[in-house]
Amino acid sequence: MSKAVKNSKDTLLFQLTKLSFAYRNSKVLDEIDLELHRGKFYGLIGGNGSGKSTLLELFMGILAPCSGSITYQHKALAEYSRQELATRLALVPQHFSMDFEYRVRDVVLMGRHPHIPRFASPAQHDRLAVQQAMETMDIIHLQNRPVIALSGGELQRVVMARALAQETEVLILDEATSNLDIQHTIAIMQVIRKRVTEKGLTVIAAIHDLNLAAAFCDDCLVLKDGQVFANGTVNEIFTTDLLETVFAVNGTIEQAPGTGHPQIQYKYQ
Amino acid sequence: MTATKPLFLIVILFIILCAAIIAATGMGFLKIAPQEVIEILYAKLLGREAHGINPTFPFVVMEVRLPRILTSALVGGGLAVAGAVFQAILLNPLADPYTLGISSGAAFGASLAIILTLFGIVIPAWFSIPVFAFLGAIATLVGVFSLASTDNRLSSNTLILSGVIIAAILSAGIGFIKYLADEQVGIIIFWLMGSFVGRTWIDVLSTAVIVFPGLLFTLYFARDLNIMALGERTADTLGVETGRVKKMLLVCASLITAICVSVSGIIGFVGLIIPHLLRMVLGPDNRILLPACFLGGATLLLGADTITRAWLPSEIPIGVLTSLIGGPFFCYIFRKKQRALNP
Repeated sequence: MSKAVKNSKDTLLFQLTKLSFAYRNSKVLDEIDLELHRGKFYGLIGGNGSGKSTLLELFMGILAPCSGSITYQHKALAEYSRQELATRLALVPQHFSMDFEYRVRDVVLMGRHPHIPRFASPAQHDRLAVQQAMETMDIIHLQNRPVIALSGGELQRVVMARALAQETEVLILDEATSNLDIQHTIAIMQVIRKRVTEKGLTVIAAIHDLNLAAAFCDDCLVLKDGQVFANGTVNEIFTTDLLETVFAVNGTIEQAPGTGHPQIQYKYQ
Repeated sequence: MTATKPLFLIVILFIILCAAIIAATGMGFLKIAPQEVIEILYAKLLGREAHGINPTFPFVVMEVRLPRILTSALVGGGLAVAGAVFQAILLNPLADPYTLGISSGAAFGASLAIILTLFGIVIPAWFSIPVFAFLGAIATLVGVFSLASTDNRLSSNTLILSGVIIAAILSAGIGFIKYLADEQVGIIIFWLMGSFVGRTWIDVLSTAVIVFPGLLFTLYFARDLNIMALGERTADTLGVETGRVKKMLLVCASLITAICVSVSGIIGFVGLIIPHLLRMVLGPDNRILLPACFLGGATLLLGADTITRAWLPSEIPIGVLTSLIGGPFFCYIFRKKQRALNP
């Protein structure tokens, strides 16, 4: 019983210790120390080539660190099987395309794959999860359409629904909204924010749009040249200094009326 | 999707295949009625003599027609399954069993066997041609894999490009062998166009021992193939060991292709079109598609072979026939579907 109590208070999910990674001879991540906790919306920001995608692949266990360690709930990530990880982590990739005519419903159901034994049919709970995920992403009316026939915005909502149907405790977004218009971007981010606040979902999202990160994230990790440049709440992170040193742009930071989130006003000329 | 409808269609396809085998066995120079074919098979199964039937019929059925018919069915089914697997793994609906250059490898092996015989290095041709073709196909597979292995993820572009390069080199080799064969070049050309003439139980057996286990193997991974359509990285995060599954299925589909090509020559169209047609009807779910491809491919190639054997005044190469009939038919279906999508 004491263990259960301890576990419920123990919010640590990922712990990275002196983690380094290199492709062939070029070092991408250099001795990173990091802790990620349950129930938070983490933004991962940094310029192109700063190592964001590589770090996400390390979180997902697709890449293994060259040195240092990465643990998930105090156990080395490499000790989890693909199947075990799939019930804990879900990914929404930046690009998604399909060459085969699966229907929207079939694609969302694929999110249940790690939960359904090999030769079994989907159970009642699986159907329910799929139905709810489609409702959340407002794609019920598309459910019998082939994914090939969808627009970019509709497709990305299908991919989101697929990840939600996976019912994992961690959701990883790799520039998940960067191909969407502003309406769909905000709609999707709101859905995710709500899940974090209400259901304790943990989100790690690589985001290019700094204002989007500032508006929706709790904490931000700033990567620069393969190292963690800064790590803290959005209000601590977003400073004019950060804009100049990490992103090499000038601007001013204001507080958004109502929410108090930082808001960047870029200087274009 | 309800599970009953696709299952029903597979049962229908299976019945059609059985009916086609029995009907085809009765067709030819000697006409044998379907009930007599069944009686002969039944009697043979129970190990006794069939009574009241022309005594030459059992010999014609068991030793002449059935081996050829079963070989063509197995090859058709094997090629269609291999095609569906290649399309699913390479995420490319244009892929077919020959995309990785396996046909060129088999053709090179067969040509080599033929030219060696022509030069008087005597190995019996019925033995050397299929064995050389099979070894050629396997060597090509090894070559393509080692060329593509610089890319750890074996991406489809790397695989297809490696296949194209190896195939181009082998084609030049085949050209050179044809040149050496001089006036005898016809033998090589004829083999390349594919044929089931004179196939024996040995061919049936050697095809079956690879095609059936191969089919079961691909069925076991059919669900993973579906997930892999989401893209490799997403499939990884859904618990599929993408890299491993990909390699195993590529080897499996290539082995099926290799045995098919080595017993029959190069028969185009079946491996590309059957998966396409059935995907239009049944949808892309590989758990349904793969068995349906086996049954559909088997029926189609057996039908085509029966047409050249029993109907046409003289046999034309089976590979030519499948493409001549199937090509225009596919054009028709393709147009119809495009119209439905873009009205």
